[in-house]
Amino acid sequence: MKHHHILEKNSILLLLTALIVVSIGGIVQIAPLFWIDSTIEKVKGMRPYSPLELAGRDIYVREGCYLCHSQMIRTLKDEVERYGHYSLAAESMYDHPFQWGSKRTGPDLARVGGKYSDQWHVEHMINPRSVVPESIMPGYPWLAANKLDYKNIAENMKTLRALGTPYTDEMIKNARQDVEAQVDPDHDEVDALMARYPKANVANFDNNAKAVTELDAVIAYLQMLGTLVDFATFDQTGPNLR
Amino acid sequence: MPDTRTGLATMSTMLAGLAAIACGAVGIAWALGSTHGGMAFHGWLLAAAAAISLFFIGSMVRGETHADKSTYNDGPIKFATIAALFWGIAGFIVGDIIAWQLAYPALNLDLPWTSFGRLRPLHTSAVIFAFGGNVLIATSFYVVQRTGHARLAGIWSPWFVVVGYNLFIAIAGTGYILGITDGKEYAEPTWYADLWLTIVWVVYLLVFVGTLWRRKEPHIYVANWFYLGFIVTVAMLHIVNNLALPVSIWGPKSYIIYSGVQDAMTQWWYGHNAVGFFLTAGFLGIMYYFIPKRVERPVYSYRLSIVHFWSLIFLYIWAGPHHLHYTALPEWTQNLGVAFSIMLWMPSWGGMINGLMTLSGAWDKLRTDPVVRLLVVSVAFYGMSTFEGPVMAIKAVNSLSHYTDWTIGHVHSGALGWVAMVSFGAIYCMVPWLWKRKGLYSIRLVEWHFWTATIGILLYITSMWVSGIMQGLMWRAYDDLGFLSYSFVETVEAMHPYYIIRAIGGTLFVLGSFIMVYNVWRTIRGDESVDLAEQPSVAAAPELRLQPAE
Repeated sequence: MKHHHILEKNSILLLLTALIVVSIGGIVQIAPLFWIDSTIEKVKGMRPYSPLELAGRDIYVREGCYLCHSQMIRTLKDEVERYGHYSLAAESMYDHPFQWGSKRTGPDLARVGGKYSDQWHVEHMINPRSVVPESIMPGYPWLAANKLDYKNIAENMKTLRALGTPYTDEMIKNARQDVEAQVDPDHDEVDALMARYPKANVANFDNNAKAVTELDAVIAYLQMLGTLVDFATFDQTGPNLR
Repeated sequence: MPDTRTGLATMSTMLAGLAAIACGAVGIAWALGSTHGGMAFHGWLLAAAAAISLFFIGSMVRGETHADKSTYNDGPIKFATIAALFWGIAGFIVGDIIAWQLAYPALNLDLPWTSFGRLRPLHTSAVIFAFGGNVLIATSFYVVQRTGHARLAGIWSPWFVVVGYNLFIAIAGTGYILGITDGKEYAEPTWYADLWLTIVWVVYLLVFVGTLWRRKEPHIYVANWFYLGFIVTVAMLHIVNNLALPVSIWGPKSYIIYSGVQDAMTQWWYGHNAVGFFLTAGFLGIMYYFIPKRVERPVYSYRLSIVHFWSLIFLYIWAGPHHLHYTALPEWTQNLGVAFSIMLWMPSWGGMINGLMTLSGAWDKLRTDPVVRLLVVSVAFYGMSTFEGPVMAIKAVNSLSHYTDWTIGHVHSGALGWVAMVSFGAIYCMVPWLWKRKGLYSIRLVEWHFWTATIGILLYITSMWVSGIMQGLMWRAYDDLGFLSYSFVETVEAMHPYYIIRAIGGTLFVLGSFIMVYNVWRTIRGDESVDLAEQPSVAAAPELRLQPAE
């Protein structure tokens, strides 16, 4: 206290001391998460998003869905009973950015995949109150009307690969074709798509065979959320349990 | 010597002109080359701002060489003050619109540009960064000059800070409406907006430190410690949290370099300290200058100021993980977050006591001067929400409160009660001082503003307490057979009346801010004050005050 006048009389010293003091917390809390192995569990089944799912995720981010829907089931009894197995760190390891959310104006979506039919999602996205009368969600009719812009989807995947997502050259080369195959069960390349992206849902999601729409992409994304890890075989007492 | 100074001024003007031309060139390149309509619009915006700046630089060259360098530089402060009022109104209105949308979803209009998911980031950015940011820039430039008896450093740099910062706001805000976002809460602006803000912020830091450097007082006043801590920490948080890789320099899409759990931790390290440094440390700088000035009493305790400053900035930065309790974030990190959040209660209340006790011997002003009341009530709200925060950071409480409206209520008791009220107080002090008026147009209108806003805030907070705690309890309620009692949508339905009460509270708050804008506008215009006799002498600009008889 007696020596505080030294800092008070020297702006650069005050600046540097403040910077050191505020750096400590972040260094201790953030940096270890990048090298402590147990931070992210080793699980089977996780794969990068298929090009159509990735496009759907980008639209999910664009529309700000994360402001009302979390994607993080906490380790609490009622949440596990309501939504399913608690979320693992591994399940969002390819999420740039993470979409865990902070508010549940609507329900958690971490395991919404497969809970409702594609047709339910179509009607719900166009007019939520047609299927859930008490819902306060906005309608998203423009998603059904907008054609999906996927001519540069390979560029998006390349960017993610530069950040560490394990997209292969083959995945990037076939990106646009994989978008078309995923919305058309009769497409010749469906088997190749399924080999690249196991458990991907292939369907004409929005019932509109004429075009690949933004709604196709969003539903493809929603329908795979939380479905990649098989919890029948997941061992929570495994070596990576924190 | 005059030759060197003129030479420096000419060089600085040339550099400013070149910078404007460079910005204009980048803007035009994006306007013509971008594949994305929204980004092309931002290119035109940048080019237009550069053209207007160039025009001003050209037209002010002659005037500037004759400007009186011995006085304070208040032009940029006036600009930021008016910008704060403009963005404040815009941000409050958007906030109230989305509050009504939650009560009546048809108000989303089924259009992309008006749907909740795009308007909510517009609201949060407009109130925090646009309104709050302009208040912080204005007051920090005001305080650092007055407490150091020095003119702002730089000729064009202070102008670059205020104009550049508001251009950032315009780019970020229109971007959200057009669907351009990084998808991280309170850090939504995309890569080029982030880059632009980084440049502006570094110049802000340089101007602030440069002005401290020039000071004629040996000691740096306590308010400036807080401003300095805020500026430097926000620079660190902004740069680290927003590191992203653009898909192409011709498009707005970029991916954050972090993913999953690391991204979550980085985000809430940033997010909680946007609260801790942007919305707390910066505004504590306002408290430490404007309360003592307005009540004409010294700060209660110098010793407490020192403890307050260092413990606050050290502890705050650790509190982020309390946003991620019971998630996939490792438990050791969560527990550190709880421990530091609870410790944080002490410096927060130390600061509150230091602010409130400054009124020792002047408590009567609370009754007679509504501007003092705004300032003091804001500190009381600060005390309340910094007690509520550590409580909510306790894991058992958080398991109930997290994901519910309780958090929203807590944020607004801090944002409306503390940040906005202390800002209103500072604006009411500063406007007559800056524009050289004998007082505000009307102190009675301040009284009206105070009560409208306070009632609005109370409706907001109480309705969110009830709805948040109720929804949290409903989510975890079990019936006798061991099943969950309520479906999710039943809990949504139960929120309806509280959402209406909250939106009414918001409407009152908006009305109050209209009263303020009217009052400030009449004051700036120079209209005769209607109730000057009721205003304290400190309301007048310093040079217009009557000196007490010797």
